[in-house]
Amino acid sequence: MTGYIFRRILQAIPVFLGTTFLIYFMVFAMPGDPIVALFGDKTPNPAVVAQLRAQYHLDQPFIVQYLIYLGGIFRGDFGLSFSGEPVTAILARTFPVTARLAILALLFETFFGILVGLVSGLRKGKLFDASSLAVSLILISLPIFVIAFVGQYVFGVWLGWARTTVSSGAPLQDLVLPALVLASVSFAQIVRLTRASVIETSGLDFVRTAYSKGLSSRRVIPVHILRNSLIPVVTYLATDFGVLLVGATITEGIFNVPGVGNTLYQAIIRGEGPTVVSFVTVMVLIYLVVNILVDLFYGLLDPRIRYVK
Amino acid sequence: MSEPLSTTAAVKPLLEIKNLQVGFQTQNGLVPAVNGIDITLMPGQTLAIVGESGSGKSTTAHAIINLLPGSGRITGGEVLFEGRDLTRLNEKQLEEVRGRMIGFVPQDPMANLNPVWSIGFQVEEAIRANGIATGKEVKQHAIRVLKEAGLADADKRLRQFPHQFSGGMRQRVLIGMGLSSRPKLLIADEPTSALDVTVQRVILDHLATLTREIGTAVLFITHDLGLAAERAEQLVVMYKGKVVESGPSREILENPIHPYTQRLVAAAPSLASRRIQSSQKNLTDLGYSAPRAAAGLDLVEAAEARAGKQAATTTAGGPAIKVDALTKIYKIRGAKRDARDFKAVDDVSFTVERGTTMALVGESGSGKSTVAKLLLRLEDASSGTIAIGGQDTATLRGRALLDLRRTMQPVFQDPYGSLDPLRNIGNTIAEPLQVHRVGDRASRRSRVDELLDQVALPSALATRYPNELSGGQRQRVAIARALALKPEIVILDEAVSALDVLVQAQILRLLADLQAELGLTYLFITHDLAVVRVIADHVCVMQRGKIVESSTVDKVFDNPQQDYTRELLNAIPGANLKLGV
Repeated sequence: MTGYIFRRILQAIPVFLGTTFLIYFMVFAMPGDPIVALFGDKTPNPAVVAQLRAQYHLDQPFIVQYLIYLGGIFRGDFGLSFSGEPVTAILARTFPVTARLAILALLFETFFGILVGLVSGLRKGKLFDASSLAVSLILISLPIFVIAFVGQYVFGVWLGWARTTVSSGAPLQDLVLPALVLASVSFAQIVRLTRASVIETSGLDFVRTAYSKGLSSRRVIPVHILRNSLIPVVTYLATDFGVLLVGATITEGIFNVPGVGNTLYQAIIRGEGPTVVSFVTVMVLIYLVVNILVDLFYGLLDPRIRYVK
Repeated sequence: MSEPLSTTAAVKPLLEIKNLQVGFQTQNGLVPAVNGIDITLMPGQTLAIVGESGSGKSTTAHAIINLLPGSGRITGGEVLFEGRDLTRLNEKQLEEVRGRMIGFVPQDPMANLNPVWSIGFQVEEAIRANGIATGKEVKQHAIRVLKEAGLADADKRLRQFPHQFSGGMRQRVLIGMGLSSRPKLLIADEPTSALDVTVQRVILDHLATLTREIGTAVLFITHDLGLAAERAEQLVVMYKGKVVESGPSREILENPIHPYTQRLVAAAPSLASRRIQSSQKNLTDLGYSAPRAAAGLDLVEAAEARAGKQAATTTAGGPAIKVDALTKIYKIRGAKRDARDFKAVDDVSFTVERGTTMALVGESGSGKSTVAKLLLRLEDASSGTIAIGGQDTATLRGRALLDLRRTMQPVFQDPYGSLDPLRNIGNTIAEPLQVHRVGDRASRRSRVDELLDQVALPSALATRYPNELSGGQRQRVAIARALALKPEIVILDEAVSALDVLVQAQILRLLADLQAELGLTYLFITHDLAVVRVIADHVCVMQRGKIVESSTVDKVFDNPQQDYTRELLNAIPGANLKLGV
């Protein structure tokens, strides 16, 4: 097992180097001079420009810049943003907000998605099933910003149940509405995945055998049908958690959530190379870790995978 | 149809099925699967329902405990269990009957245990659900029932998962589970048809002993008449959802009344191979004759006719196939220190003379199909030589390999998987001709007609698609395709194993006729020794990659040299039956 984890981490190294290099290269290749852009309409002072260039190593060749940056990462130094704040400090401020939002969204979609999917699968072809399929299709088809605006209007403006934008400090009750919006698309996917999986499992021989042993449906459904049906669902949930953790740019933007996605978006607009690269690097790291965890989690769910060498 | 069976007046039937009707709801309305059957089973008795696939025998079994799949529904009749009509019980009452009073052993041990729960968990939940034991006793009881079912080291294996058990072991677990509550009735739905014959025999022996000790009545469902007759006192023969004949097994075997039963008796390979054995003593003295309705299906007759034609053909020229010291090693993937070799085929040598049939027999995993792959050059041998018509095949490339393929064609086991569903039958048969650029469009078409005629299919079938054909018809198409290039050698890899007995008999007969007509050489690969008796001249018995015995069919059957061969022969269902033929 430890050997397996070790191998997975080794495999992650080239992925990490490749992605950071690519991001760094793309930010480097972005048009416009970020230093000049900092001065806005004013004529830049050449001496100041040269000093800033040297400070951010912008006068060095591309590959040297990359290596300096990479060296910094291994020392835990992600560089400074243009406002002079260390990128690590920005991450420390924004990441907890996004994490809270992600966990909240994940809880919503897991609970409601599996519940609705299970009932649909068990009542295939009935009214509940048909309507849940229709609703999930609508949710999948709508762009997320439409759902966000509708949610903002209905719950924020019309009913007045929630704030339309998140207040400073991002308290939990303010995050409920954006989390619901964020969860809606995955909820629809999970309903469909669970439903299909439950229908398939219900028709398997071991379910009939379970009933033939004299078990009641109250036992067969959770123990034999649901447990087996959850394997594909959990895979989806785990990768979705990775997606949520690296920030939802659009939703965070609409609800003004001070999270990772929103900050990254602002940094891209401003052409802040170090901030963009550092954020994306952290996202890549999170993604890699989540993926390794998913693979380990499989083993817990399915003993057939657990025992394969 | 079933009269009360030799009952003493005091004993009431345990199970009485009266005019049971079951249907499946489809888009085209209700399709009946069981049309008013009557079956009576006395306490402690064993009754077998026999029939081919689609006869409604499994549906009947599922209907008794009301576990019909999907859209299946009981549409009429009664299932009286100890006088209580099970079809009228609600779900709660049924739960009490299932498991506790009626145990169920399903067909496919691979699919009937939940892969994500341990064996112990699944046995224990059955025991707990039926209130047989509580608390710590549950585990003790689980170990006890598994030991009874033949898992000697049950206490150590409780925490293991189904995928760590072999098929036979899983079936023991299922039997243990089915009998864990000491039910009065056990429904065994083809409990061993997915297992090797030797394993089948051990498990059924064990099941018989166990049910006799507990006093459980058994409703045994099988497609194998020999097996049914060997294992049950009473037989019920089902055909298209109806009971066509029922009564004591011996009587039915000796004197089948219904034409369908007569055909079944004549076509069952296990029984036929038995009869051939006695027929060698003297068929006519024993007064045997094939039931009239079975003409053309009787395997004994077919085998005799074949033997006659064989004797007439000359076996000129060298051997068709000569295999010498053939070895195939597979590398097992795994962590580096666990890497090891697996010898699938180990130093195998044999010769097949032109125009004869060599049977390669063995259980699953014995390496027999690997030999076929090596012969066909679908895989390369690790060492050893294969000579086809005197030519070493190992070095053939390109054009020469194509020529080799022309002289040697395969027919595979699964007629559903070996035909392309998107090609019509005519194109399927003509494909080898196109690949090898034989003839033009018109001549290919006439060749297809000729081939269809040879395998006794109407030429109108050429424009149809595989899904419109039955299993037997598909296997005929596969044979026609194999014959398209006029090969000298046909490699039949379990070519009749997936077919119902009657269809199997027809195909075996067809193969025999084609061999006599075209002088074909067959390599017949099978796990079923019973079939070997009616089709082959020579037999090689394989075990764990090696040939353990090799001789003529008669010698192997009459005087087997190896314990393993003897074990295989004894495991043929019906081996212990004394037939009145």
